[in-house]
Amino acid sequence: MKSIAFGQYYPANSPIHRMDPRAKVILTVLYIVCTFLCRNALCFAALVLSAILLTAVSHVPLRMILRSIRPLIMILTFTSLINIFMTKGEHLLTPSWEIPLWGTHVWRIRIFEEGLWTALFMILRIVVLLVGTSVLLSYTTTPIALTDALERLFAPLKKIKVPVHDIAMMTTIALRFIPTLMEETQRIMNAQKARGADFTSGGLIRRAKALLPVLIPLLVSAFNRAYELAAAMECRCYHGGEGRTRLKVLRLRFSDVFAVLLLIAFGTGIFFLNRLGIGYTMKG
Amino acid sequence: MDKIHLDHVSFTYSAGTPFEHQALDDVTVHIGASRITGVIGHTGSGKSTMMMLLNGLSKPTSGNVFLDGYDVNSTAKELYKTWLTLPEYRNLRKSTAKKAIRKEVEARKRRLCFRVGLVMQYPEYQLFEETVFKDIAYGPKNMGLSDEEIRERVLEAARFSGLDESLLEKSPFDLSGGQKRRVAIAGVIAMKPEVLVLDEPAAGLDPIGREQIFEEIRRYQRSTASSVIIVSHSMEDMAEYCDDMVVLSQSKVIAAGTCEEVFSKVSMLDEVGLDIPQITQLMRRLRKMGIDIPENVYTVDRAVEILKRYYQSQKGNLT
Repeated sequence: MKSIAFGQYYPANSPIHRMDPRAKVILTVLYIVCTFLCRNALCFAALVLSAILLTAVSHVPLRMILRSIRPLIMILTFTSLINIFMTKGEHLLTPSWEIPLWGTHVWRIRIFEEGLWTALFMILRIVVLLVGTSVLLSYTTTPIALTDALERLFAPLKKIKVPVHDIAMMTTIALRFIPTLMEETQRIMNAQKARGADFTSGGLIRRAKALLPVLIPLLVSAFNRAYELAAAMECRCYHGGEGRTRLKVLRLRFSDVFAVLLLIAFGTGIFFLNRLGIGYTMKG
Repeated sequence: MDKIHLDHVSFTYSAGTPFEHQALDDVTVHIGASRITGVIGHTGSGKSTMMMLLNGLSKPTSGNVFLDGYDVNSTAKELYKTWLTLPEYRNLRKSTAKKAIRKEVEARKRRLCFRVGLVMQYPEYQLFEETVFKDIAYGPKNMGLSDEEIRERVLEAARFSGLDESLLEKSPFDLSGGQKRRVAIAGVIAMKPEVLVLDEPAAGLDPIGREQIFEEIRRYQRSTASSVIIVSHSMEDMAEYCDDMVVLSQSKVIAAGTCEEVFSKVSMLDEVGLDIPQITQLMRRLRKMGIDIPENVYTVDRAVEILKRYYQSQKGNLT
């Protein structure tokens, strides 16, 4: 428990890890746009290729990425089934099977070629979306760097009195304390287990009751921790974002700009590939 | 026979991830019954991990943990073969016997945390009840004891840990740090464990508080004849209060035995950065200066006694 990975950050030293987090946020947004631009088989081929390339560059093991896709399998099957059976088109693949329901009602099963394509595209879109965002952001950026980047990117909102710095600081603190609290939870659970607590048997109410000996000490210590942190920050004259300098100054390098430009070019390419009208082109 | 025996035990955290960390590496330890055993080592040497293996909170990655000769992590499946020949099960139908064995193994697993009572580090953070009494009663209540028996045990445990009876109806959150810790320790003592394990029981207490806690633990051990394991990184305390010692360094056991045996390996202790008690160092230096005193002195009281005797004998020589 001690070394639990918070979020999904995977420590490594890849070009993506080294990138400026702001560039990575922009890249992720652009990449999401790209996945939604794709309409035909050629585009999706390019998209899948780019996802594979990104994964290879990130040094994140394939095993970890596959693990993050696993929970999506239900959603993927569901959407593809709906797409296969519900999409109407011109190329009918099946003879019109009819399943009698009740009275004179029948259910006509008709599968069109367009339905199969749409289903495939939707699966690819969701998978690439997940792989792309996780490789570009969650696996390669520490949560702290991420909030830092967001603070900088949303800095213009300060003009309209949005407390960007405070929100970022609160998020950073919240993120920072998640592993601490998890560790604490584990410790208190162990301590109560050592006194014979049983968290796994009994009905819902009994189990909820069994958690009380964990929740109460946890809340007490979370409050204490918050008071201590507030005092420590005040002792060091923390007074918000005004005139605050940073220990780690974010610097955009040429490679960051280049990566963003490259992705814009990629998106433009996909945009024009769609217009070629090769094969089935998905609507909407 | 050993009360507890760890046989080639290894433990790895988060195996197979980039955060993999081996906390115990092929550790074999014998812990005697009715003795106070000190487990000593630096932060991160695997002390606390070892303690969690003793009461079944974690299972070793490899190796076995025996309590009174019974492997605490054994499954019913592993036991069928040997147990089916036991007189209790021999005459039963095979399926009935298997069921009975499964039940027995489950029950033993459940009982384990009551037999080996573990007081974790900074136990005062685990208090949750409205009153001190209720908090101490939490363990005995989980054991399914009668109210009367619980009451008796709570009072006895409070006495052992030096808690005044007037505190029992107070909220544990209103107590001082040292008192809170005593409540937490009493909460485990009230389960009357055969083995009491205390992980850094005196951490963060002032010198007087430390001494009191250790004195109480010793008094408890002497009057109940149970086995006690104390985890600490202070050689002074260990020398003063323990019968046996186990020295851990970098996930391995590097020395074990009685305090005398362990302290006699000074150079080895130096190597891992653990100091022998200051009083022992002082006595050794005095000996080197030509004063005729034994060198294996580990407690201040004993040193005072020896020096007094030495002084008396010298006075006789002078006059």
